[in-house]
Amino acid sequence: MPSVSSTLTMPLMVGTVLGVVGFISVVAMILVYAERKVAAHFQCRLGPMRVGWHGTLQSIADSLKLFLKEDIVPTKADHLLHAFAPVISVMAAILTLIAIPFSSHLVLADVSIGVLYVSAVSGIGVLGILLGGWSSNNKWSLLGAMRAGAQIISYELSVTLSLLVIILFAGSLRLTDIVHSQEAGWWIWRAPGVGLLAFVLFLIASTAEINRTPFDLAEGESELTAGFHTEYSGLRFAFFFLAEYMNLFIVAAMGATLFWGGWMPLHIGGFTAFNQLMDFIPGTVWFFGKVITLIFVIMWFRWTFPRLRVDQLMSLEWKVLMPLGFLNLLVAAFLSLFGWYFFPLVF
Amino acid sequence: MEYFLVLPVVCVSLLLVFGGLFASRFLAPHRPNKIKNDTYECGEKTIGTAWVQFNVGYYLFALIFLVFDVEAAFLFPWAVVLRDVGIIGLLEVIIFISVLLVGLAYAWRKGALKWV
Repeated sequence: MPSVSSTLTMPLMVGTVLGVVGFISVVAMILVYAERKVAAHFQCRLGPMRVGWHGTLQSIADSLKLFLKEDIVPTKADHLLHAFAPVISVMAAILTLIAIPFSSHLVLADVSIGVLYVSAVSGIGVLGILLGGWSSNNKWSLLGAMRAGAQIISYELSVTLSLLVIILFAGSLRLTDIVHSQEAGWWIWRAPGVGLLAFVLFLIASTAEINRTPFDLAEGESELTAGFHTEYSGLRFAFFFLAEYMNLFIVAAMGATLFWGGWMPLHIGGFTAFNQLMDFIPGTVWFFGKVITLIFVIMWFRWTFPRLRVDQLMSLEWKVLMPLGFLNLLVAAFLSLFGWYFFPLVF
Repeated sequence: MEYFLVLPVVCVSLLLVFGGLFASRFLAPHRPNKIKNDTYECGEKTIGTAWVQFNVGYYLFALIFLVFDVEAAFLFPWAVVLRDVGIIGLLEVIIFISVLLVGLAYAWRKGALKWV
């Protein structure tokens, strides 16, 4: 499996790393713009229209503004932790992204324990949120951070259980291997029933894990002002914001990689001409197409479902999603053991 | 070799993050005053600090989470080799998980999962 990291020389490596970090920031900026446009059109508005053609440069203007804003640190806050918290969040998001395979050749760190690496490193991000909320010495921040912490660790379990289903069938933790195991069909269809249920569980739990509506209690603006980042302004607020959108991208990328066949093209059994046509489209395009579709679905959630209450949030995870996840895993283990998965028509 | 790029990415992104903060320190205005740097509570006068002892309702959830998270760490290698360890491996994991699920049922029955 040729990966980028095995053929790198020193200057090329520095260039790649700089490119990656730059690419990540650009992705986050595009997502912020997309979020505003999607929200606007759901509400029959136009959204940003003034900066550039159809407001396409809005994100650049926004980041410039945040960069030039005063960085206000409350006198009573713990200054050191207050400064470090957003850095932790943003670093965790960047480090997670380097393990994601964008196409069969474009993967920066093709880690042998890819799935575990992604869930472990992205889990560090919650430390930034907890530290930021606590160090602000503000009641809104503290409550928001506590909610975020409880929510993220709870839903982490459901995400893990749904990822385990795919690992059972793929038999590997390496993300490129998981994509290659889907050459005969994406796992969402090919693992009969359990794949689909695992995907639904993954989508719900991941939306909760990245603190997006309907699970945005950590920064519920009508209750907690801005939650854990109430006392943040300027560039440090921008870092929290950046981390949030990078995590959205990571979740969509993981969903596309594990359930939707990563960079694999869409095939329909028997339609040879159609399949060959699909093969012409490069893998990166397929990957980003799937990721964008998933991101749109998660943004769609925001304008469809009202926010949950804290008790509903906790009972949804512990009394519904987790038992369901265990049951699904059990069925999947039997199916995988006896090889009862089939070759779907559409993949 | 697989983790070759992790360290450079850490270095470059740390450099960019702190470089940004450093540059913003010079470019952004810095005019602190007593009211601006006060704790923000929507205009209300702040009473006391936020660093008080209070009942963190999520404590029990965190404890249960710990149990199941360690269990997940065991399940990852099991899931990879399930087809090699066969039905015996599956039965062992079923016994292992059911012990933990009894614990979850106990916590549920005792009301640890109820929000107060």
